[in-house]
Amino acid sequence: MASIIKVEHLKYVYNAGMPGEVTALEDVNFEVEEGDFVGIIGSTGSGKSTLISHMNGLNRPTSGKIFIDGRDIWEDPSRIREFRFMTGLVFQYPEYQLFEETCYKDIAFGPKNMGLDEKEVDRRVREAAAFVGLDEKLLERSPFELSGGQKRRVAVAGVMAMEPRILVLDEPAAGLDPEGRDTILSQVKEYHKKTGTTVLLVSHSMEDIARYADKVLVMAQKQVAMYDTVEHVFARAEELLALGLSVPQVTKIFLKLREMGLDLPSDVYTIPYAVKTLLAAKARRDAGESLILPRAAHPKGGKEKC
Amino acid sequence: MLRDITIGQHFPGDSPVHQFDPRLKLVMVLLYIVLLFAASNPLGLTLALVFLAAMYKVSRIPLKMILRSLKPILPILVFTAVLNLFFVSGEGAPLFELGFLKIYAEGVRYAVLMGVRVIALIAGSSLLTYTTSPIVLTDAIEALLRPLGKLHFPVHELAMMMSIALRFIPTLIEETDKIMNAQKARGAMLDTGKLPDRVKALVPVLIPLFISAFRRADELAMAMECRCYRGGEGRTRLKVLRCTREDYLRLAFCLVCYGVILATRLLFPNF
Repeated sequence: MASIIKVEHLKYVYNAGMPGEVTALEDVNFEVEEGDFVGIIGSTGSGKSTLISHMNGLNRPTSGKIFIDGRDIWEDPSRIREFRFMTGLVFQYPEYQLFEETCYKDIAFGPKNMGLDEKEVDRRVREAAAFVGLDEKLLERSPFELSGGQKRRVAVAGVMAMEPRILVLDEPAAGLDPEGRDTILSQVKEYHKKTGTTVLLVSHSMEDIARYADKVLVMAQKQVAMYDTVEHVFARAEELLALGLSVPQVTKIFLKLREMGLDLPSDVYTIPYAVKTLLAAKARRDAGESLILPRAAHPKGGKEKC
Repeated sequence: MLRDITIGQHFPGDSPVHQFDPRLKLVMVLLYIVLLFAASNPLGLTLALVFLAAMYKVSRIPLKMILRSLKPILPILVFTAVLNLFFVSGEGAPLFELGFLKIYAEGVRYAVLMGVRVIALIAGSSLLTYTTSPIVLTDAIEALLRPLGKLHFPVHELAMMMSIALRFIPTLIEETDKIMNAQKARGAMLDTGKLPDRVKALVPVLIPLFISAFRRADELAMAMECRCYRGGEGRTRLKVLRCTREDYLRLAFCLVCYGVILATRLLFPNF
């Protein structure tokens, strides 16, 4: 499959040429294939937010190129708007951008800017509202009367209604309660599955990334530190910890068990998979197989029995 | 585009200009502005410019910053210069004549003097904000206006309003930037399209901005009340402004310079 996003030697400097010059991105290279669900992690200030605002041309690279669907987005700056519709960007705390009198009108803002006719706009608004689980009745209410979680959904729907080919979300679950978190993220996942949209999800929660993403892009010190499948990235726990990041808690437990000398895989990162792995291990032990790792491989391991 | 705004921008430092007591500094800047209009001879203005350049040098503010602060008032500058150029009539034959437009030597003289004066005015008052943090500056204003409190003028409230307003300029600029980006991402024509479209596109930016400004104001009021803020009565300060010997020396230096400049005006009015 062709890559839908291709970033080549991207460099971005804030306040270029001024005394307060800060380099935010340095030689960033990666490709995303159409239909992928990529999680982006990185400690604060590693350049995640700057990177994603390049995806639809809000920031112009100081040097380097970005190709969306094989086209260089800055080849003709006057046509940058086409790419804004191709890549839907949901910022942090998107509820603060709501401005219309009704939720319906606010969700319709994007599609209307695309110059679609009334009927198409209506279809998209209703579809997007359904995706985020927004009640039809709420569409005629003012967005300012809604709860925080509902406002967030309206804002996400506003971007989904543009039916972008790439959906980029910057911490969509920040500040929501655990239930709100799960709801909004599973809705995004559902949307991804149903429409085949490429999704980039920025998050600080390793659990969320492990649960929803197929691939993980790790940003560190203005560069891409790792870019691989979820299993491979979370298997490199020590490196992640050194970068000020973490791995899902369940992975931590498995790593600790391995450290203690148990023969368990280190790429366990979701609870269902952990349960399966443990059951398989139990079956192996019941069959009389040893679960203890050879001593040479794990000098720390010292337990005789388990 | 919003990042070009330099109002209230402060460059911390420890030069004599930075350390000068803010009350005296404020008064000296006001006097400097008066001086620019009182010393209307070329020599006096030149000396005033030299004085200002020296102050910039001492405070180690890059000269580039002067240009940045002048950028927004460039139209006014050109307008006043042109107005003086054409409308000041003098004795003798005009230098240049085209229909009803006549330019006299006096016109050129006034245009240049006026231009220099406006530049010095902006650069001089910018030096105050560059070298004094907004908080200290409002303290100074409060201290200077205190006598008005006897006339039931709400001096403290005014100073508090000013410092809050100054404090929120960068925050609101950042917020505007964020909202603009978010609406641009939904196809709002803020950086593309024709002027009428761009004006219309401001609505989706201004509404969320006002809402968030009100929300912030509410939160700030709550936070202040939680810390028992009840206005200026009986309030003490962490940093009390006190003039030191150095401050009086700096004051004397400024006054001597101003005096010399004013003297040139009286001694050589046309030079």
